[in-house]
Amino acid sequence: MNLSYLFDAANWDPATSGSIPQLILSHLWYVALALLIGTVIALPVGLWIGHTGRGSFLAINAGNAGRSLPTLGLLMLMVTLLGLGLTPVLIALTVLAIPPILTSAYAGIRSLDQRVVDAARGVGMRPWQVLTQVELPMALPVLMSGLRSAALQVVATATVAAAVGLGGLGRLLIDGLAVNDYSRVLAGAIVVAVLAVALDLLLALAQRRLVSPGLSGRARKDP
Amino acid sequence: MITFDEVVKVYPGSTAVDHLSLELPTGKTTVLVGPSGCGKTTSLRMINRMVGPTSGRVLIDGRDVAGQDEALLRRGIGYVIQHAGLFPHRTVLDNVATVPMLLGSSRRERRAAALELLERVGLSAEFAERYPAQLSGGQQQRVGVARALAADPPIMLMDEPFSAVDPIVREGLHREFLRLQKDLGKTIVMVTHDIDEAIKLGDLVAILRQGGHLAQFGTPRELLEHPVDEFVAEFVGRDRGLRSLSFDAADDLPVRPVTEAVGAGLVLDEAGRPTGWQTAAGLEATGGTFRTGDSLRLVIDLAIGSPAGIAVRVGPDGAADGIVHHHDLVDHLAARRGRRAAEPSA
Amino acid sequence: MITYLSNNGDTVLAALRQHIVLALLPVLIGFLVALPAGYLGVRYPWLYHPLINTCGVLYSIPSLALFVFLPVILGTKILSPLNIVVALTVYTVALLTRTVADGLRSVDELVVQSATAMGYRRFRRLVDVQLPVALPVILAGLRVATVANISLVSVGALIGVGGLGQLFTRGFQLFYIQPILVGIILSVLLAAVADLAIVLIQRAVTPWTRFQTGERGPA
Repeated sequence: MNLSYLFDAANWDPATSGSIPQLILSHLWYVALALLIGTVIALPVGLWIGHTGRGSFLAINAGNAGRSLPTLGLLMLMVTLLGLGLTPVLIALTVLAIPPILTSAYAGIRSLDQRVVDAARGVGMRPWQVLTQVELPMALPVLMSGLRSAALQVVATATVAAAVGLGGLGRLLIDGLAVNDYSRVLAGAIVVAVLAVALDLLLALAQRRLVSPGLSGRARKDP
Repeated sequence: MITFDEVVKVYPGSTAVDHLSLELPTGKTTVLVGPSGCGKTTSLRMINRMVGPTSGRVLIDGRDVAGQDEALLRRGIGYVIQHAGLFPHRTVLDNVATVPMLLGSSRRERRAAALELLERVGLSAEFAERYPAQLSGGQQQRVGVARALAADPPIMLMDEPFSAVDPIVREGLHREFLRLQKDLGKTIVMVTHDIDEAIKLGDLVAILRQGGHLAQFGTPRELLEHPVDEFVAEFVGRDRGLRSLSFDAADDLPVRPVTEAVGAGLVLDEAGRPTGWQTAAGLEATGGTFRTGDSLRLVIDLAIGSPAGIAVRVGPDGAADGIVHHHDLVDHLAARRGRRAAEPSA
Repeated sequence: MITYLSNNGDTVLAALRQHIVLALLPVLIGFLVALPAGYLGVRYPWLYHPLINTCGVLYSIPSLALFVFLPVILGTKILSPLNIVVALTVYTVALLTRTVADGLRSVDELVVQSATAMGYRRFRRLVDVQLPVALPVILAGLRVATVANISLVSVGALIGVGGLGQLFTRGFQLFYIQPILVGIILSVLLAAVADLAIVLIQRAVTPWTRFQTGERGPA
């Protein structure tokens, strides 16, 4: 296992362009962008479909359909259509981020105990308050798991996107493969794997913090 | 016979069963009843080794259950629980045929036997190929009973078998249970939190206290007439006096001729059947009649309900053949009190 | 697109064949490994969390990273199809182990206790009662794993083995959209067919789910 690239200090100098820290940052940046835009699009739509029940076919099957899209194909299609650059890639990443968020927003709202929502209205909450103070907090576990799914998908695809000219950690993999510098390839693989796992753990932790103890079962009954 | 010999079950933080010693006779229905936390379900489950005692022994016909192969032991004991616990992925018929299948019965044999059993518990053959999800709660419960009976086990354990259904369905299931038990005569151990159910269905009733102590063990009549302490008296509930009258037959009551009732306003049709009482307000319905073999309690209820204070007895054809006057009832109750005072306490 | 297909029918077909093998073989192997693994996570409760967490970690590793990392562990060449198969098997196991474990846990405890009380021994109870009842959940997971695998195979084109992915790289290199479109459509169709096949199998194999209310039914 040739780890020379990974352990070469020069590659970790944040000031050098193309260094590992810079690539990590740009990778995270692409991921954050795609997740943000994806959430802004998919969350309201999913919540609305869950509320009204209209278009539920779309919401239920979006997850499956999204999963079946070949990520490399989508990336290459976008770039061939729109040329090289961040935008085509971002479009592809966002398209891939939307289905999990949409499906989980729908499922989250649907899974709520309607009696609780009813009680909230009965107490005199307005629809907006019911949504933000009751429905969203209760749907949070499902929403968060949808976000984690989307994050996984985007991190992985952003890695692949180096093949269509994007920056990020995928560059180490793609460039390394091109020049047969296997130590560079390995460095890229290890760092991106660690990044992906760390991000997932972070989101899991956020989920634990954000979800009320009453919901997650952490608040136990007195023994 | 099932024997509990100084059985103790302790969990971290609580005692579920505290030195329980009991003998449950063969061929009879024994009901374990008590408030939650009294250990009744735990005790029941020690009989088929779903739970093991911390100390003490549970014996079936003299043999310790602990020494036997669990699976084989259980195949010889029927087990009915609340909500039936039916296998959702098997048809009703296959559910019922489960234990015979485990015992190696042939497919044809066990399906035929299962069909018979379904009928026995009051379900027609059309239910055979349905899935549990298609059945109502009461129907599922019946299938649960049929499943427990399938291998014809000598012992049946029933844990709150009727509490998950609504009261009307439950009444029906009670009647069927009593009918089945009359036919089959199995050794039945039942757990319930409902004292009325225990009194209605049990030949013997064991009242357990919280913490797993036995408070009293005896026939329903003994529990009603001679409760051993305040706890039992309160648990058995109000109307003890009235309820204990259900165990007295009305047969030793003096019966007067029907003509006396006619004089008091009883109206009969051409066949001699009572149709009502003639009062100043018009014709009032009789509210019911009694037959030979009915309980004292029923007769008192009828007498109280009739405008003339008279309970009407009818024969097998429905024709009135005698009456009981409320005066006679009062005298009878006084004599009964005297008899009971002379009886030694249970 | 039609012209492209008629001119390159053989290449496309070969790519499709390779894609199917590379996608479905891991599903099969992964399923066979995940069944006992998931069972162990239920049989020994202390094993559940470590097992699920490990699976979670494995699943979050980006596919390309796993493809290039495996040669180090396996000693294969970078460009070998075996990397794809092993990597996808790892993903399938990571996903399905959790599904199997959660599926088994979702079986109503009363049903399991009933089975025990009737005299079922452990293994037969698993095969006769727990697995069948858990099947809808497990098959739902199988659908996800299959569809995901079909999508992931094409990433392998970046290391030279990619089934339909070859159509993507070719189109990209030549700046030619036809093969890319054909590849995407075929890939999505393949996923849809596989998904449908599993749904049909599920309907056939679990007839009782038709009568259950929404909560227990298949997704």
